[in-house]
Amino acid sequence: MSFAWAKPYEPTSPFMKWVDERLPVPRLVYGAIGGGYPVPRNLNYFWNFGVLAGLALMIQIITGIVLAMHYYSYAGGAFDSVERIMRDVPAGWVLRYVHQNGASFFFAIIYIHIFRGLFYGSYKAPREMVWMLGVTIYLLMMATAFMGYVLPWGQMSYWGAQVITGFFSAIPVVGEPLRIFLLGGYAPDQAALTRFFSLHYLLPFIIAAVTILKIWALHIPGSSNPTGVDVKDEKDTLPFHPFYTAKDGFGIGVALLIFSIFIFFLPYSLGHPDNYIEANPLVTPAHIVPEWYFWPFYAILRSFTVDFILPAKLWGVLAMFSAVLVLFFLTWLDRSPVRSSSYRPVYKIFFWVLVADIIVLGYVGQAHITPLNVALGQVASAYYFLHFLIILPLVSKFERPLPLPNSISESVLHGEKQESAPFGLATTGSTTAAPAAAE
Amino acid sequence: MATVSEPAQPMMPGEPVADASGQGVRRRDFINIAATSFAGVGAGVAIVPLLMQFAPSADVQALSTTEVDISKIQPGQGIKAVWRKQPVFIRNLLPAEIAAANKVDVGSLRDPQSLADRTKPGKANWLITLGVCTHLGCVPLGIGEGENRGEYGGYFCPCHGSAYDTAGRIRKGPAPKNLVVPEYSFTSPTVVQIG
Repeated sequence: MSFAWAKPYEPTSPFMKWVDERLPVPRLVYGAIGGGYPVPRNLNYFWNFGVLAGLALMIQIITGIVLAMHYYSYAGGAFDSVERIMRDVPAGWVLRYVHQNGASFFFAIIYIHIFRGLFYGSYKAPREMVWMLGVTIYLLMMATAFMGYVLPWGQMSYWGAQVITGFFSAIPVVGEPLRIFLLGGYAPDQAALTRFFSLHYLLPFIIAAVTILKIWALHIPGSSNPTGVDVKDEKDTLPFHPFYTAKDGFGIGVALLIFSIFIFFLPYSLGHPDNYIEANPLVTPAHIVPEWYFWPFYAILRSFTVDFILPAKLWGVLAMFSAVLVLFFLTWLDRSPVRSSSYRPVYKIFFWVLVADIIVLGYVGQAHITPLNVALGQVASAYYFLHFLIILPLVSKFERPLPLPNSISESVLHGEKQESAPFGLATTGSTTAAPAAAE
Repeated sequence: MATVSEPAQPMMPGEPVADASGQGVRRRDFINIAATSFAGVGAGVAIVPLLMQFAPSADVQALSTTEVDISKIQPGQGIKAVWRKQPVFIRNLLPAEIAAANKVDVGSLRDPQSLADRTKPGKANWLITLGVCTHLGCVPLGIGEGENRGEYGGYFCPCHGSAYDTAGRIRKGPAPKNLVVPEYSFTSPTVVQIG
């Protein structure tokens, strides 16, 4: 995989040699996340978020498996079983807080990861497949998070299930029968809860599988980098281990610190108190809001208020799904051959406008429905699609990018011979000087 | 992982190297070992709650005592009570059964205990044991009317043929120990609190 100068695996012990000859897993690991994977030497901290997302997925899977040992997917007992986890199961409270806040942690990481990709053009050739697998993972995450949110069977769980499965009823003709089919009833009840639990347990493993495909696809061209310039020779890269294991390790430490603040000091700050009222099919909470990571999409859904050829309800659902699906086509919407926004003065401005637009959508998604908020949501939704469908193709056609550096090493190093030499091969000249420095 | 495969040259310009042979502890080695140890301790601590949750939860521990009314148990009869989700045999022994149990030479038993060791003073007719065979945990027969009591007249485990006598002591078969006598006390002449 990857570059010609990638170091092949050389077992250091007879045991590993014996294993490697029979089952080359050590070789696979070495080539994927060890010294055998050359990575551009100029990655900044935004490149930590892939590893962090993997960590978040593992945290969710491990705590989820343990929580499933105590949870009942029974409509009459699910709510109580969650409270039992909080009060009676030893250390149950910390496991649930980790899992509950872990979902937010995972989405926060993924959003930074996605915006990293948008800013540095990570979706462009030859990494289209990496990007599209990433969007697939994002969709799977949304489904998993939604179904997981239903499981505690509180008021928000129940009405979230009602509203989200209601999306399907917007489809003409087959919509309502489809909704009933998916729920296994006319409203969320035992059948829906049990199937959501089953799928909530399954989907993370599908996500893990797609993640493996994504890493596989990534390691063919290798990681992108902040200049967007292709790797040209060995001077441009460093081995993943120890350089990026160390950098990722530091990033993991910082991320876990922030995560711990939420788990131990602000465990309820991202949730809704209404979810501590058991599901009641006869009363909808006065102010129903999804989790923060769905706010922008919820705003787009609510922006369609009048029928125009199609019913407003269908427009809302179509727009909301399109808002994610448009990401699949990004490579073909942004035709600029320059990847990094650092060299794209016009795109860079629109990138930050898009970030602001999504923040506005997020605000509208959680706000009370007032005429002003609805209007704001409509403008912001329109701009969201305008950005991807009109602005991006036009900017890539007319923008005049800044001159690109000749190579990665030239852009980040200062010309010292030793500094720009490939790791481990360098500096025949400096070995004589080095012992002197030690004294 | 700290040193072996790395070249004996500075990773950063100006960083001191080890002695000429590349041996010795560098500042970088110290940082490496300290950082990985710290991460290891963190991972170890993270495993603690994942293991703790396997232990009996508060609602399970809350079942650790049970009160049983024994006023209706006639001599020669017995009942099954439930304590910690396990059966407890409460048996009102006949004088003949007490005599049979006391006749046995304690020293000859696999798990030497007299009937007096296994009952409360003055209440030798009340034999209270767990109904869990000490071999592999089946519930022995013999507490209900007409059940097979085995050749020693106490209990007989249908799983692997262990036979217990009228004091619930193992006499024959694979079980290693007498039926366990749980902690209990008479809170009144007719009520027993188990646990």
